[in-house]
Amino acid sequence: MAISFILVLIVLGAIVLTASGIWWFTPLASNWNEIDGALLITLAVIGSAFVVLNIVLAYFVLRYRHREQSRAQFLPDNPKLEKILIGITALGIVILLAPGLFAYSRFISPPRDALTIEVVGEQWRWSYRYPGPDGKLGRANPKLISPKNLFGIDLTDPAAQDDILSYSELHLPVGRPVLLHIRSKDVIHSFFIPSFRVKMDAVPGMVTHYWFTPTVIGRFQAVCAELCGIGHHRMQSPVIVERLEDFQQWLAKQPTVATTVKP
Amino acid sequence: MTVHHSPNGHRDSVTPARVGVWLFLGVATMIFAALVSAYIVRMGSSDWHSLPKPGLLWVNTAILLLSSAALQWATIAERQGAHRSARLGFVAGAVLSALFLLGQLWAWAVLHKLGYFLNTNPSSSFFYLLTAVHGLHLLGGLIVAAWTVRSSERLQLFVTYWHFLTAVWVVLFGLIVLT
Amino acid sequence: MTHHTHHEPQSFWTKYIFSQDHKVIAIQYTITALLVGLFGLVLSWLMRLQLGFPGSFQFLNPGSYYQMLTQHGMIMIVYLLTAILLGGFGNYLIPLMIGARDMAFPFLNMLSYWVYLVSVIVLMAAFFVPGGPTGAGWTLYPPLSALPNAAPGSGWGIKLMLVSLVIFIAAATMGGLNYVTTVLQCRTKGMTLMRMPLSVWGIFIASVMALFAFPALFVGGVMLLFDNLLGTSFFIPAVTLFGQQLPREGGNPLLFQHLFWYFGHPEVYVVILPAMGIASDLISTHARKPIFGYKAMVLAMAAIAFIGFIVWAHHMFVSGMNPYFGFFFAVSTLIIAIPSAVKVYNWLLTLWRGNIRLNVPMLFGIGWISTFIIGGLTGLPLGNVVADVPLHDTYFVVGHFHLVMGVAALMAIFGGIYHWFPKVTGRMLNETLGKLHFWVTFVGAYAIFFPMFLMGILGVPRRYFDFNALQYLPPQTSALNIAITVAALTVGAAQLIFLGNLIWSALWGKRAEANPWGATTLEWQTPTTPPPHGNWGAQTPTVYRWAYDYSVPGAERDFIPQNVPTEPQVLVGAQSTVR
Repeated sequence: MAISFILVLIVLGAIVLTASGIWWFTPLASNWNEIDGALLITLAVIGSAFVVLNIVLAYFVLRYRHREQSRAQFLPDNPKLEKILIGITALGIVILLAPGLFAYSRFISPPRDALTIEVVGEQWRWSYRYPGPDGKLGRANPKLISPKNLFGIDLTDPAAQDDILSYSELHLPVGRPVLLHIRSKDVIHSFFIPSFRVKMDAVPGMVTHYWFTPTVIGRFQAVCAELCGIGHHRMQSPVIVERLEDFQQWLAKQPTVATTVKP
Repeated sequence: MTVHHSPNGHRDSVTPARVGVWLFLGVATMIFAALVSAYIVRMGSSDWHSLPKPGLLWVNTAILLLSSAALQWATIAERQGAHRSARLGFVAGAVLSALFLLGQLWAWAVLHKLGYFLNTNPSSSFFYLLTAVHGLHLLGGLIVAAWTVRSSERLQLFVTYWHFLTAVWVVLFGLIVLT
Repeated sequence: MTHHTHHEPQSFWTKYIFSQDHKVIAIQYTITALLVGLFGLVLSWLMRLQLGFPGSFQFLNPGSYYQMLTQHGMIMIVYLLTAILLGGFGNYLIPLMIGARDMAFPFLNMLSYWVYLVSVIVLMAAFFVPGGPTGAGWTLYPPLSALPNAAPGSGWGIKLMLVSLVIFIAAATMGGLNYVTTVLQCRTKGMTLMRMPLSVWGIFIASVMALFAFPALFVGGVMLLFDNLLGTSFFIPAVTLFGQQLPREGGNPLLFQHLFWYFGHPEVYVVILPAMGIASDLISTHARKPIFGYKAMVLAMAAIAFIGFIVWAHHMFVSGMNPYFGFFFAVSTLIIAIPSAVKVYNWLLTLWRGNIRLNVPMLFGIGWISTFIIGGLTGLPLGNVVADVPLHDTYFVVGHFHLVMGVAALMAIFGGIYHWFPKVTGRMLNETLGKLHFWVTFVGAYAIFFPMFLMGILGVPRRYFDFNALQYLPPQTSALNIAITVAALTVGAAQLIFLGNLIWSALWGKRAEANPWGATTLEWQTPTTPPPHGNWGAQTPTVYRWAYDYSVPGAERDFIPQNVPTEPQVLVGAQSTVR
């Protein structure tokens, strides 16, 4: 009997803690409301299932507990009931999967006019490279990384010369799609901006990609989401979303490859 | 457990030892499948250089095939009751397998002399790894066989294991030679 | 080779130490696993002390924290859960439940325990070597785990871990060969596959999975060891570590992840399937009612096993792998929810119209159902690829896997121990302490892990030493972390009570009758309790019915053991009980 009571209390406690809203999504600051939508549908489905199934459990344990003279009924199976339950479950699965897969297909298709920005992770910081006026990121090669050439830029590539380097902050113009090219110099990291629903691993030896459009002006935070050594929990970087004019002003003040990276 | 009954009470020729060995072949298949898929993936990297293949490898392959043939002859003889021939075939098969293993070690020495060590390049790393895993399975089999092959059923199981390892070698050898 | 014709073991050494009796081996596995699990539990207390009271303890620094985190994960998953479910429960229950005298290969069985023990010793040795044990996470991703000084324990620590795993895999393979062969070949007369209890089915199917999954870890582990020890570049591309270019190139870190998770995902089903089987038997026995939908339960476990081999890359949705893989693995992952849900419905329907005895095993059975529900359900957002993006590597994942593997599986294990303890020892575990153990563990587990889902939704990453650098946390988060820590330490204390109960009751517990729960399965029908060497005396039992003849209409008692012959005449109107 106590168990039924406790089960109901647990369900209530879970509902209250969730509804308090203290720990919930950070306010969305990017275009990815489809991710939030898919996630919310999923949470709604599983949340309902959690409540219903636990209440049923609590009720059955209470109603069918052993008492004097009680006897169980011999009910080994009921194929019809099984089929109905499988059908309902399959329907629930489709309901939460279909929107998710639609959102995913948009997710893996970056728009053509996205601003390309390179993100470089290393133990334990993030740095960034912008393509400069030519709109192209110059080639980079991990083998060229040195104290004078922290990004490993291939200086023989003319497109590299006007690239703009930021060693600490990511600035973005509001409302413009961004395509991140993500690299790592040493171990696997993961570039995670909770407010934008951005997360993609930074893997040495390859370039990974993620696209999004920042929609809110403000100051946000990028953190690391893949264990990368003893500084993992301190590996973060400010992300500033601003008006286009402010963004261009900031960009103009940053060092370029031509002026700061020498062979 | 030599006399065991299936639920309908009949005596089976599918013994626990047989089931155990076939399950183990399943496990070994998974090991080699993992190695081969890793090899194929790694081959796609830009730093892949083909290894020189010592001609010795062809000789070793032939020796291993012969050892399988000898062991197969041994089982056929055993089934026909020709125990002396069976023993001969078994010993021949074991000796040829041991020769194969020595030949593999010699192939390693040849590659060493040519300057290809375990960490020289990915294809050399894989070469040593694949041949080592295969060779250890062979060696382990020889040791277990020396301890436990006492009955004709055991001989049959041992030979099955051997044919499996020969087939695995043919696949690995093909992979190494063609890439 | 025929164990039942060998003589009874003569000396202390062959009876209790190097025994080939599956029951002794099972106890050896169980004691070792519980001890190593206790160590893993202490590690969790230390981690929670840091997270609840950051900076309070000198010896808890980022390096040691990440080492504890790594060892806690590896110990609990591999050396506790896998070992106790297959080596402990599997060894004890399989021969008894199928009416055999022992395992198919008793010598190999004995060997498997000692090899397991060696693997534990090698693992623990890492705490005593320079640099300590590896701190690269239980997933051991390279390059972090392979490069010198990239993570704590990159010297001896990682090498010992990998060697220990290779040794464990040998032990697990020996064990798996035994469990599978025994189920296929050594069932007693009348024990068809579809008359076996679900505990056996769960362990059997899990053992098949383990045999085919561990090789991938073996290969990945050996290649990782070579990268760390011998300078190869299987997984290491060109890298610059702390400003130094390393002489490596061309390796592929994702290759390791594929190999690891090809093992890692089936591994979680290797843990959960025996737990499901055991839970089914606990629930049906103590509700005095047949398990609902026995055939569907078997098919569901088989389906979970098959599908479980094609979902692995749901751990890699944001790894940088080919994005198109995401579609496939999301679909396969969500499909696996269906057989799992069927099982949940069937456990509930077993309780429906039952005659439920709320003893300690049943309480844990109920705890299993509730925590498996939430543990399993929270896998769905993680499998729904695009929804995984914000949740991956956050506390949502930590809550999910702890509830489903750490709590639900342990509910089944504890329930099973309370249930079978009278058979193993001839004594009962103390019921009051048992109920205390249950209540604190059950309520405490929800208190610890439910809030983590909310933290994950907020975006708190996992594997963090502290949260000081995060600027988006509400101020109440430190209070929440303190509350979780207090709950964790309390639940930890309850486990100590359990261990005390185990030891005390084994020595001085109330004497048990042969079949105190009125169960139908064969292990309760042995001639003596504990069962003798050879289990059955002169004659192995003959089985006439399935394992779930509880509350059969018209029967005198509310259970009919499997070895009781069926009536020659069929009662008009009653359902046939012969299956």
